[in-house]
Amino acid sequence: MSSFVTFTIEDRLYGVDVQRVQEALRAHARTRVPLSAEGVSGLVNLRGQVVLTVDLRPRLGLTPVADGTEQMMVVVRVGGETVSLLVDEIGDVVDVEPERVEAPPDTLDPAIRPLIRSACTLADQLLLVLDVDEAAAA
Amino acid sequence: MEEIDDIVREFLVESYENLDQLDRDLVALEVTPGSRDLLSSVFRTIHTIKGTSGFLAFGRLERVAHVGENLLVDLRDGRRSMDQPTTDALLLMVDTVRDVLGSIERTGGEGDVDVDPAVAAITRLHDEPVAAPADEPVAEPVAEAVTEPVTEAGPETVTGAEPTVEAAAPAPRRKRAIGSRAAATKAAAEAAVTEATDQATDEATDEPTAESDEPTAIEPDAEPTAAVEAVEPPAPVVPTQRVPAAAPLEDTGTLRGAADSSIRVGVDLLDQLMRQVGELVLARNRISRLASAAEDVDLARSAQQLNLIASELQEGVMRTRMQPIDHVWSKMPRVVRDLAALCGREVRLEMQGGDTELDRGLLEAVKDPLTHLVRNAVDHGIEPPQDRVAAGKPAQGVLELRASHAGGQVSVEVRDDGRGIDPEIVGAKAVAKGLRTADQVAAMTPGELLQLLFLPGFSTAETVTNVSGRGVGMDVVRTRIEAIGGTVDVESTVGVGTVWRLRIPLTLAIMPSLTVECAGDLYALPQVHVVELVALDTQRPDSGIEYVHAAPVYRLRGELLPLVSLAGVLGVDEPGRDGRSAVIAVVQSDQHRFGMLVDRVLTTEEIVVTPLAARLKSIGVYSGATVLGDGRVALILDVQAIARRAISRESELAARNAQQEAVAARTEVEQVLVAGIGGGRRVAMPLASVARLEHVRSEQVELVGGREVVQYRGTILPLARLDRLLGTYARESDELLLVVYTRGARSVGLVVEEIVDIVEDEVGRHSTIDDAGLTGSTVLGDKVTELLDVRSAIVAADRDFYSDPLADDVFAGLDELVGAGR
Repeated sequence: MSSFVTFTIEDRLYGVDVQRVQEALRAHARTRVPLSAEGVSGLVNLRGQVVLTVDLRPRLGLTPVADGTEQMMVVVRVGGETVSLLVDEIGDVVDVEPERVEAPPDTLDPAIRPLIRSACTLADQLLLVLDVDEAAAA
Repeated sequence: MEEIDDIVREFLVESYENLDQLDRDLVALEVTPGSRDLLSSVFRTIHTIKGTSGFLAFGRLERVAHVGENLLVDLRDGRRSMDQPTTDALLLMVDTVRDVLGSIERTGGEGDVDVDPAVAAITRLHDEPVAAPADEPVAEPVAEAVTEPVTEAGPETVTGAEPTVEAAAPAPRRKRAIGSRAAATKAAAEAAVTEATDQATDEATDEPTAESDEPTAIEPDAEPTAAVEAVEPPAPVVPTQRVPAAAPLEDTGTLRGAADSSIRVGVDLLDQLMRQVGELVLARNRISRLASAAEDVDLARSAQQLNLIASELQEGVMRTRMQPIDHVWSKMPRVVRDLAALCGREVRLEMQGGDTELDRGLLEAVKDPLTHLVRNAVDHGIEPPQDRVAAGKPAQGVLELRASHAGGQVSVEVRDDGRGIDPEIVGAKAVAKGLRTADQVAAMTPGELLQLLFLPGFSTAETVTNVSGRGVGMDVVRTRIEAIGGTVDVESTVGVGTVWRLRIPLTLAIMPSLTVECAGDLYALPQVHVVELVALDTQRPDSGIEYVHAAPVYRLRGELLPLVSLAGVLGVDEPGRDGRSAVIAVVQSDQHRFGMLVDRVLTTEEIVVTPLAARLKSIGVYSGATVLGDGRVALILDVQAIARRAISRESELAARNAQQEAVAARTEVEQVLVAGIGGGRRVAMPLASVARLEHVRSEQVELVGGREVVQYRGTILPLARLDRLLGTYARESDELLLVVYTRGARSVGLVVEEIVDIVEDEVGRHSTIDDAGLTGSTVLGDKVTELLDVRSAIVAADRDFYSDPLADDVFAGLDELVGAGR
């Protein structure tokens, strides 16, 4: 049985391994980092700690959110660093039986492929499990 | 209690640690008697204690360790195998050593700790299988002790007792605080030892009685040891078990003081504390702000207290990371000694300011560079003795290490009085190695030549030695030092010596910095780099920024300061942002001084540096991030990297210039550079076509086929002296001022006496005068100024300047301009 913290980006359900998640909270004001990669959304002050925020949208081929949209952060541990992933909404922590975990479809865009570890067939929808390291490197 | 000096304290701490290890090793050794690893480990430990105690004149300690070592030699050499009595004897020795250490710690001297039972036990054991102990070194101290106690044990006075002690401890240095009773014990004990060697029991039974009279508070174990030993001499099983049990009980709290007063803490934990304190400081800032807004006296008082405590805590935590530079230096005498021997040099090492503290992370980072500089100074700097004598210097060279605090930085100097570095040779070497062209080198000042030492792949050694000169060298030093935000510099006088100067920030964790705003974002600019701030008058249309080609410059006290727009570097330059930059932060990085254009300077504050994710660090513009007082995150600018970036953009700009010139040249109002050429005459030349202004030293001017040239940036720059061209005479000067024109790969320099001004010139006001080299004249700033025929002046310097098949539009426009006046 695997547990995932789920969240939505543009109404699609994604999940990351619950073990890797430090916390989930409302997005803080970010300091942009000029000259950085597209996915780098900025730096936030997480209780005195400077944390890199990654926006998964460009990586997922989605358009950036409009200014002023309320977003959430899923703070994950990657190696020794803390990285926060910018998401639309935080969902539940779901437990998925092993037989429901399937490899991502072959038709998946090769650019996104390394990002998606598996697809879980939940009762009502698909849960795409993200590779945390890959996601944080977006 | 006597003050224990540092060496002794270190010895104590180290020995305690070793003894704990020894306990474990000995016990393990009993289980696996044959283990050579364990044996050598035990042997090493005892040997170290023996050596150090001998050095520190702890005679009794040395004696115990010495006999123990003898026993261990037997074990190691296989003459004896590890059995229980042996282990017991060795453990007894360990305990005795521990007691003596305890006494040293408490009183500064060995006190009256009785080492004889242990010595006796070990000696006895040691002598058992070996028939003739006469040639064993053990006999010496014992024998020494024999003669004196016998005569002096009777009169139990202080004076009488002193020699006894002296006899036992070959080189006692410390004052014996203990009086006659202790001495008496000692004498008796020593007597016992001698007897015990031959016939154990009799004497020893007397001894305990003598000792038991004495209230020996600091000597808890001597008594039982001796007693039981006397009863059961061959296998003192009981004492070894009882003694260690007794010692900790009585001495808890004091005995291990030296070890306890310094503990090992993981750097991770310190880093974590540091972070948390940083957080606390931010929280405090917020509370302070709230408290000052509310009119609550109690709250204000509490906030103030919090303020104080947080500051102290911050300082304390910072200090935990600070270590004296001595930690790195302590290795240097050895390095120097070995190397001097290897290279056949005589070197005296002098160190000043070893107590200068800096962050341990930084200390670690400067260790290798510093060692390299020291090695280099011995190997390359200081000459062999005969050369020195021949040069009239003392045969022994002096290598000085100096550290001091200077303006929030630590300055470390490695100074030798050796042969110095000849800039000419450095230059020649750079050419030979293909690092610079001969032209470039010729154009350099001695100071600049020395900087070549820091180029990758540079090595000054005539031959490659195994000491230094392996091709990696000063460039690595520089890279390492710059990586921690420091600088390295060299000064050298041939025949007199060389000084390498490192400037290192005190700590990486906290640095004073300037908070600047650029395009709506805040950035931290480390103050070490900031020389001054210049406010621009944004109300005025021209704001004082001028352009040499597209490169913005600012005239700061008569010198042209190249400007770098921060927004431009960061790529956050939006259209319509012009004129928003209101402040020039004049920054210094290595050799480069430039002005960084920012929108606003907000404040200076001490920032807590947090490292950046590797991904952001690789952008190469930021050195870290920080949380500002208001909780916002700001990126810390890496001035050195920005300087490098901006300078590499120079060539890019030059390409863009060509187009801009063409556009600029066609406008009716043109900026012209007004230069004095001597004799009070001024000429004006269109600024847009000027590539650069340069200063060269007059001795750099060389003659090639009757023409004057200078070597400049790897090319030959032909010169034309405008004064001679236009029939006047400029003042003689050491330095020539060049107005450099560039077309494609070709450049020429027009020599002028001085740059007077950059002004707007209205083409319509030109008048025609027909004189050689001039195209007309105009009135600029109420003075008649001649318009230079740039083209003919250039051709005078370089006949082929325009004959290259290059799009000629740059000067086509120029012709139009000057032609308009005719």
